[in-house]
Amino acid sequence: MIGKSTPLTRFWAEYRENKIAVLALVVVVLMILLALFAALISPQNPYDLANLSLIDARRPPGFVGSGGYTHVLGTDPQGRDLLSAIFYGLRISIQIGLAAGFVSLTIGTTLGILAAYLGGRIESLIMRLVDLQLSFPAILLALVIVALLGQGKTQLIGALVAAQYAYFARTAYGAAKAERGKDYIEAALAIPLSGRLVVMRHLLPNCTPPLIVVATVQIANSISLEATLSFLGLGLPVTEPSLGMLISNGFPYMMSGRYWISVYPGVALIILIVAINIVGDQVRDQFNPRLRR
Amino acid sequence: MLGFIIQRFIQAVLVMAVMSVIVFFGVYAIGNPIDIVIPPDATQEIRAEAIRRLGLDRPLYEQYYYFITNLLQGDLGRSFVYNMPVLELIGGRLPATLELVLISVISATFLGVSLGIYAGYRPDSWVSKTIMAVSVLGFSVPSFWVGLILILFFAVNLGWLPAGGRGETVEIWGVAWSFPTLNGLSHIVLPAINLALFKLAMMIRLARAGTREIMLTDTIKFARAAGLSESTILRRHLLKLISIPIITVFGLELGSTLAFAVVTETIFSWPGVGKLIIDSIGVLDRPVMVAYLILVAFLFVSINFVIDLLFALIDPRVRQGAVA
Repeated sequence: MIGKSTPLTRFWAEYRENKIAVLALVVVVLMILLALFAALISPQNPYDLANLSLIDARRPPGFVGSGGYTHVLGTDPQGRDLLSAIFYGLRISIQIGLAAGFVSLTIGTTLGILAAYLGGRIESLIMRLVDLQLSFPAILLALVIVALLGQGKTQLIGALVAAQYAYFARTAYGAAKAERGKDYIEAALAIPLSGRLVVMRHLLPNCTPPLIVVATVQIANSISLEATLSFLGLGLPVTEPSLGMLISNGFPYMMSGRYWISVYPGVALIILIVAINIVGDQVRDQFNPRLRR
Repeated sequence: MLGFIIQRFIQAVLVMAVMSVIVFFGVYAIGNPIDIVIPPDATQEIRAEAIRRLGLDRPLYEQYYYFITNLLQGDLGRSFVYNMPVLELIGGRLPATLELVLISVISATFLGVSLGIYAGYRPDSWVSKTIMAVSVLGFSVPSFWVGLILILFFAVNLGWLPAGGRGETVEIWGVAWSFPTLNGLSHIVLPAINLALFKLAMMIRLARAGTREIMLTDTIKFARAAGLSESTILRRHLLKLISIPIITVFGLELGSTLAFAVVTETIFSWPGVGKLIIDSIGVLDRPVMVAYLILVAFLFVSINFVIDLLFALIDPRVRQGAVA
């Protein structure tokens, strides 16, 4: 490769070799763009009740509704254009996935690195708690917390964070524990640099690769978990449907053959989750020194 | 060793105590269940009477005290909605869940291990690559979506299998089971596939990783050098060596599948414990929620306790570490 060779360009050059991973990345970016510009590209604002008409409800794909345009993917039981609802639903799903992912990342990493750096009683207390939580299935924890906190965006994100921070804490702890024992940390502490500086400047940056991998996977998991909770009727309010809620709304109509209400939002959801997972897999392989050529 | 057992036991009891406090106060802090139990047009007297009867007028800590004393006597309270003892209610639903979970986990293990061994034994064949691709899908596609597609395909479009319910049941020792009747069995198939898919993916990965590792070891080389046939090597040596992690995961997964059954049971209206808890959350039936959570917590704490003990039996380092 001609030109500057920074770690980032080298990383990208290697990433580009896997065509499927590149495709997955394109899909992820495209979906984020769709979510960002949902208001501009959707034929209809699905949250504006004045826009909806029950005459248009549950129409099959290709139906020309009272709005005068074609419902490419049909309409849902409230008469929403399904394509618009999917764009807006993507927005909510991605929003929640990212928010839950980043909050869990912050909390989990802080706990994990603190445990590894401080050691002793704090270490065993934190890690005992984390291990205990990891032995519980995430879906059950999230279910319990949503049941306890009630419904709403903040509560949902809280539930997802509580169910997932432990994965970050474990990863950060593992990485930081290994780094902690190395000479450069001892040297930095012997200078002496302050503990805070050592953690922020030396320990944290060296723990980031595995954390990035876990973060991608967990964002996909958050999106999937949110969809599951919404499907069970424990997620978001009905007025602003996420993808899971759209699927749930269509479920009763599936038996009568109105498949599109559930199927298309589900397809969007799966494409998103699978694409994120493929990107995460590729990044993990590139960070894994054992697979290095 | 005895010290280790006692230490772990005290830890388990502590965890249960903390869980009971969190669950109880958490559940009782939300909503007002009285609005569900009595009709909105009830008089003030009926309302007050119902509140008193359910013990909702007492302070929270007092309610917790009664709850805990009753719990230790095996009484988890009465459901607000069904007006029957919670334990009886959950007990009545448990066979349906157990039936579903056992069938899925056992079939997922057998199928998953066979496919996984094949994929590990011939990692480069296209069959193995297909198996692995399917297992990736099993991991990433949300289970409720798979359930929907199964219903759409096999129940709505093809009409081969029923979409929900338990079908005919047979009473064995006073408990209703679906699997002995053909009709009941046909009702199990779809939810069992749905529930098994994730486990299948996991078992495939586990068996494949184990096989690839073990096929390279000296054990296998010596067995080959001794002139054993490949199928004998697979059956006699490989299977034995990969079975240890698989049995561990099998035990762990049994618990988490019980939790996952919540989703599957809701989709297929399978009248098990999972559906009961979702319905109870919907109508704020607190005693049922509390009892379910406590029972699940108990289940997981017990499983972890047993696994800790087993590991300590196998690996002396674990018990040394605990004492130090």
